[in-house]
Amino acid sequence: MTTIDTHAGGAPTTTSSARVVGEWLTTTDHKRIGRLFIGVSLVAAVGLVVVATLLGIERIDAEAAMLDINSIPQIFALYRIGLTFAVLLPLLLGIAIAVVPLQLGARSLTFPRLAAAGFWTWFIGTVLVMISIVANGGPGGGDAKFVGLFLVSHIVLLLGLVAAAGSLATTILTTRAPGMNMRRVPVFAWSSLVGSLGLLLVLPAVIGALIYNYIDYRYGRIGFGGNVAINDWIGFGFTQPATFVFAVPVFGFAAEVIAVSSGRKLPMRGVIFTGLALVGISAALGGILQQPAAVSRDISHFSLGDWLSDVLPYGLFNLLPVLGGFVVIALGALAMRGGRPRIIAPLVFGLLGALMVFVGMVANAVYQIGDAQLAGTVFEEGAWLYIVYGAVLSALGAVTYWGPKLWGRLIPDKQVLPLAGLGFIATVLASLPYLIAGFAKQPANASEFDYSGPQNLWNGLSAAGHLLMFVTVLAFIGLALRSFTKGADAGDDPWDGQTLEWATSSPAPYANFTDVHTVASAEPLLDLKPRRDR
Amino acid sequence: MLALPSAAAPAPRRQLFVGTALGCVAGGALIGAMLALWMRLRTSALDVPDGRWIPRGIKVPMVPANTMLLAFVPIYVFVQWAVWAARRDARSQTALALSLVGVIGLAVVNAQAYIYARMKLPINGKGATAFNAMFYSITGTYVLLVIIGIGFSLITAFRYMGGRTSDREIVSAHALYWYFLGALFFALWFVVYVTK
Repeated sequence: MTTIDTHAGGAPTTTSSARVVGEWLTTTDHKRIGRLFIGVSLVAAVGLVVVATLLGIERIDAEAAMLDINSIPQIFALYRIGLTFAVLLPLLLGIAIAVVPLQLGARSLTFPRLAAAGFWTWFIGTVLVMISIVANGGPGGGDAKFVGLFLVSHIVLLLGLVAAAGSLATTILTTRAPGMNMRRVPVFAWSSLVGSLGLLLVLPAVIGALIYNYIDYRYGRIGFGGNVAINDWIGFGFTQPATFVFAVPVFGFAAEVIAVSSGRKLPMRGVIFTGLALVGISAALGGILQQPAAVSRDISHFSLGDWLSDVLPYGLFNLLPVLGGFVVIALGALAMRGGRPRIIAPLVFGLLGALMVFVGMVANAVYQIGDAQLAGTVFEEGAWLYIVYGAVLSALGAVTYWGPKLWGRLIPDKQVLPLAGLGFIATVLASLPYLIAGFAKQPANASEFDYSGPQNLWNGLSAAGHLLMFVTVLAFIGLALRSFTKGADAGDDPWDGQTLEWATSSPAPYANFTDVHTVASAEPLLDLKPRRDR
Repeated sequence: MLALPSAAAPAPRRQLFVGTALGCVAGGALIGAMLALWMRLRTSALDVPDGRWIPRGIKVPMVPANTMLLAFVPIYVFVQWAVWAARRDARSQTALALSLVGVIGLAVVNAQAYIYARMKLPINGKGATAFNAMFYSITGTYVLLVIIGIGFSLITAFRYMGGRTSDREIVSAHALYWYFLGALFFALWFVVYVTK
């Protein structure tokens, strides 16, 4: 039996800043690639939440216009596309890239250069998308050159994400420690596999629509409606149920941190895996098939044809993901029951994040009920915000949880825990008013409207929620920067973890492990520890 | 620090093969989505009274399209021949098989270019429909995938002939990719060229 060298030598450190920058630019270390994704996404989140706040304020009073009315469609595009493809997706993907190879006992990511290329491609695409939208391009934009740039750079952005997702999925399928069959992979790794496979199905479909739109826009503008109809063709990529696929790792993280904080094994792992797969597969299929899935409340008079054309798709693409999310949350709660879970910041972040995403899924299921007449209202935006901000909350928890393994230092629980509560309040405040305003028929994507509800109240509350989220993310970034650079040493296993990543030093060395380890269960470290209270 | 049992280095997993398979999944989703949109817009165009999908005066040449489909028969044989030969360390046969795949791949691209030249389909202009831009989009995307396949053939050949004769996985992955391209073209041929 070999003990693990806890402080194995890694890549030589350098002091020249130019060399450091060069190393980061050309890195193939998955931990650095993941951190690049996380860092850029969090910075993008700060900026985009400001945009969201401005939109919220703009909608408080239709009479007083703060923003140019002609730029409103593009600001909405920046908000929706940005929060989905520059925050939600890359943030969770980056955490998975940084952490999953460690969980699998792998020395590196498979195709690390592909993942690195994926990051830079995504980064360049994202910057160009932002520039094109700001320069009067984007959906509804008036400058043809920049509308074309938007379409092309959106393709580039998505290609980067596909490359990174492909590398991650291949790693999980092929590069595991001896003894780690697919039933023994950590829950977060499994959820990352489901998410990345879903990305490989959904994102190329969006790319296909973008290719058509670009060629048509550039040369004829005959078949696709020009710049005003772009969102009609690619909107499925940043609305439900596609966003469920992007948010699957949220449930995996929640289940994982519940187990660790409880010191227990997760019950019925197979069922949890099935629940995660249900969320991913049904949402991915719903996203790419784009089959109308609305259903009427009164199904008692439905014929067989109605059941097949309406109820079945509704159930498959809207209710199955809810069932999957419910299964994961319920079994996680079962794991906590009877034990005394430690209230640690990652647990609070993870639970609240998963709950918010679940609420978003349920809201989407309500949205699809035709008789509720919510189509075209801000209800859908409220559901989407629950998912996006819930995923951000979960991601902050994941960074808190795995940060010690990546940086070797810990964020003090007492300092970061209030941010979990603040983020939760921000999510509810930003999203719930739109669910209510949707029932009052506030139209979607509009800053000037007239409807029956108290416009000031709901939009004001939502703007306040966005502002709180801005404070949360900014505060977290500041706290993380301070803790991860100057904070206390974390130790190799600060959370009393169960999976392989806690069996190596913190921070993990360049090749992750000095020895290849054999695993005999899904919780290899838990098996070695004295029984706490299982 | 807890002690976990160490193990022998694990046998290589089929990373390139699995990665290629996942790439094929993504490519299938791409072309599949484009075909779905093609059918959707085609249906919308024909649902209108006196609606047209293919512009007047445009004929879709079937002979080169059929030839492209038939070209995948020898490609399928040759990629599998390359796998068979690589397993038996028959370098010259492997090189020959891979070269033939690359050459036929070039012929497929050439046939597509011939279709463009024969059709003389303007991408826009009077009488143009959504068909015009979409035809170039989907066939152009497919040609790009074929060019990637030709590049794959070249890289496989160079690696194998350069001395890495034990690296048979890349030859298998190469075969998988061309099988995928053939299946994709069958769908494209049926929807775009046959159904029109």
